[in-house]
Amino acid sequence: MRVVAFSVAILAFANVQFGVFARTAGGGGGQAGQDRAQRLYPALQRPSGDPDLIARGRVLYGINCRACHGLDLRGGDLGGPNLLRSQLVLRDEAGSLMGPVIRDGLSGPGGSAMPPQSLSDEDIRAVVEYIHSILASASRQGGPPSGEEVTLDILVGDVTAGQAYFAARCSSCHSTTGDLQGIGTRIPEAQELQNSWVRGGMLNTVRPPITVTVTQPSGERVEGRLERLNDFLVVLTQVDGRHRSFSREDGAPLVEINDPMAAHREMLPVYSDTDIHNVTAYLATLK
Amino acid sequence: MTLKPLIFVIVLLVVSPSSLAQEGGLDPASLLEPLEKSWLTYSGDYSGRRYSRLTQVTTDNVHSLTLAWTRQLDTGMPALEGSNAPTFIGGEGTGEFSIGAQRIKGSILQVDDLLYVTAPDHVWALDVRDGGERWHYFWKTRGGPHIGNRGAALWHDSLIFETVDNYLVSLDARTGEERWHTEIASFEEQYFSTMAPIVVGDNLLVGTGNDLDAPGFLQSFDPETGELRWKFYTVPMSEDDPGFDTWPSLDAARHGGGQVWVPGSYDPETNYYIFGTGNPTPGYTGVARRGDNLFTCTLIAVDVDTGEMAWHFQTSPHDTHDWDSAQTPILIDGVIDGVPRKLVSTAARNGYFFTIDRVTGEHIVTSRYGATSNWASHVRENGSPNPHPAKEAIIPGALVSPVEGGVANWQPPAFNPDTGLFYTQENNGFNLLYLTDPDPRGSMGLGGKDRITVGSGGNALSAIDYRTGETTWRHAWPIGGGGGAGVLTTAGGLVFTGDGSGNFVAFDAANGGLLWHTRIGNISNAPQTYQVDGRQHVLVAAGGRLFSFVMY
Repeated sequence: MRVVAFSVAILAFANVQFGVFARTAGGGGGQAGQDRAQRLYPALQRPSGDPDLIARGRVLYGINCRACHGLDLRGGDLGGPNLLRSQLVLRDEAGSLMGPVIRDGLSGPGGSAMPPQSLSDEDIRAVVEYIHSILASASRQGGPPSGEEVTLDILVGDVTAGQAYFAARCSSCHSTTGDLQGIGTRIPEAQELQNSWVRGGMLNTVRPPITVTVTQPSGERVEGRLERLNDFLVVLTQVDGRHRSFSREDGAPLVEINDPMAAHREMLPVYSDTDIHNVTAYLATLK
Repeated sequence: MTLKPLIFVIVLLVVSPSSLAQEGGLDPASLLEPLEKSWLTYSGDYSGRRYSRLTQVTTDNVHSLTLAWTRQLDTGMPALEGSNAPTFIGGEGTGEFSIGAQRIKGSILQVDDLLYVTAPDHVWALDVRDGGERWHYFWKTRGGPHIGNRGAALWHDSLIFETVDNYLVSLDARTGEERWHTEIASFEEQYFSTMAPIVVGDNLLVGTGNDLDAPGFLQSFDPETGELRWKFYTVPMSEDDPGFDTWPSLDAARHGGGQVWVPGSYDPETNYYIFGTGNPTPGYTGVARRGDNLFTCTLIAVDVDTGEMAWHFQTSPHDTHDWDSAQTPILIDGVIDGVPRKLVSTAARNGYFFTIDRVTGEHIVTSRYGATSNWASHVRENGSPNPHPAKEAIIPGALVSPVEGGVANWQPPAFNPDTGLFYTQENNGFNLLYLTDPDPRGSMGLGGKDRITVGSGGNALSAIDYRTGETTWRHAWPIGGGGGAGVLTTAGGLVFTGDGSGNFVAFDAANGGLLWHTRIGNISNAPQTYQVDGRQHVLVAAGGRLFSFVMY
């Protein structure tokens, strides 16, 4: 639904073992990086609850609610719904909607039922405050709060097959004893290693520049680093630092682009996911 | 589908609509006219074609198009002092949120001597001849993601728009004073609203958005009073509703998304409003919503007076990539195999183009227009592309094209009946898509994944033959171009759009020849055209600035 792409920071953990990266289950970036003053999401606009009450609610939730609704409120083994996306919970004001359900139970759609809970009004208030405190930690774009760390092994590829693929498709430009020597050590986190080689460099890598040769009708050739290109204009910086720009019209002047990254782009429609996973597994062995 | 026609009945009992109905201003029947001198609704007319019959600007003289005026709009908090034009402030919020500079990412209405321009929390009335401000309305928001506003609707002398925090607001179009506002969706459930409302007769069709696993719906309001007439849910809300067998449980269906956030088109002959629905939720983890997930990512025809569904065609079964199919569909009176047909075509965010019989819903054409779209295993017998499970988010990463923004997005396409071509942006990025939340319960919202852009197969403006789905001509944008602009086409044989590299450009609609450009910055909406003082104008927005061009 969201239109604008946003990049998600890759969490690299210094102490993770080779080939495995650890991260929290929620993913998608939490609120920590956001300006809390903006508080554009409604769950963030509620006043923070009493910490003691929330702590008490947490214990009571574990005793009375967890089996059905899950430790993380996202639904449990006994079939209770995910409370973090429950429309009733989201609309609740200080127990106005949750309170009666906890106290009296609920007949849900399809005949499922929540039994009444024998909790005092004060205990119900504590549970409600606890639930709201978790809602307030939700990720943007509806993602769940950051949960427990999970360990995901993305190195599922075949090293030997990856080596063969590398020899066939990559070695004309790259060398495991040259530019990629020790790449598995230099980029220890496997997901970042994979992103980097598919993209053609880490995000902060200074890539070799795109160069351009402009041949004017007079035959004069001007070369340099490409600054801008569209259908009407080419802008470049010559090796001596001089700025040049040329209008483009009806195919003149002749513009020849040399993009060192073109081979990476051209491979994108060619790779299979198995190829990618195999090459990553192979590169990870280059210590 | 759950329908709520009762309120309509109640309104009839309380007051006779005729006693309230406005007589002046814009006659809603004028919206039935094909687009020509004015721009009266989101797409200019009901067809969604964005095809103007104006012919002063042509392939021969477009190079002489010249700037009439330009105006920078102040999209921050309004200063009450020092403005000659009246500013009105409404809203239920506290005014504490600084929403920052907003871009114009919607349609601008043009009627008589005024333009009506919107951005999130803002509406302006500007003089059509010099862009001078007549009035400004500012809405103090409760919050929500301020990603854009797609425009307003005119009902007689009322100007009606949606706010991010889910209010429908009616202003006096002449003065900018507020007439009423009414809540259209729950802020607490994290709905947010961006759509341009659409007036059809005395129905005001209103959509909303949501990223937190809430059901999508289209609502019809009385444009005079703001009373709800009917509400059409796009996902099953009970086990008896159609489509329930495409969900594993009622809980999954009722949190299944399918938001209605881009305006559709209207066919007066059938009285069908035809629109596309958003993606299913949770967006990237389909494990807890196995099945086709009707009626998400679906082209739907509803009867405007009843809100009942006439037909549907699913353009993306069981999406797991946040690729909604909300794009404005285009009504085409065409010929298929020598037989005149009433058709509707759409270029979906997932990279597939479809032509459907708009009377019956019969499928006619499916084609892949996204050059590198790689997520479907095959096209099903019924015409729907079939998602390949290996191209969902997976732990070791899947290389997926397009990226989350899709091959096309909200930016409107256009259709020119003179060329028979459907014009759309075509964006061919690649992501590595990782599953980060392997929980068997699935994630929520758009969580549970990492998506890493790793390159692009290049972007283009594509002209598609509606009869075959094949691309007739295609203009590949140079490195880094393409993206964010919508499309306009005219009887002068032109296609206007932005090149994503700072140029507003005009093509020959027939063959894609580049005819004209001007460097005004990246275009942020779809170009529009109308006639003032007997001269054709072309209006376009680049961020917060408007440019009005004219042919002398």
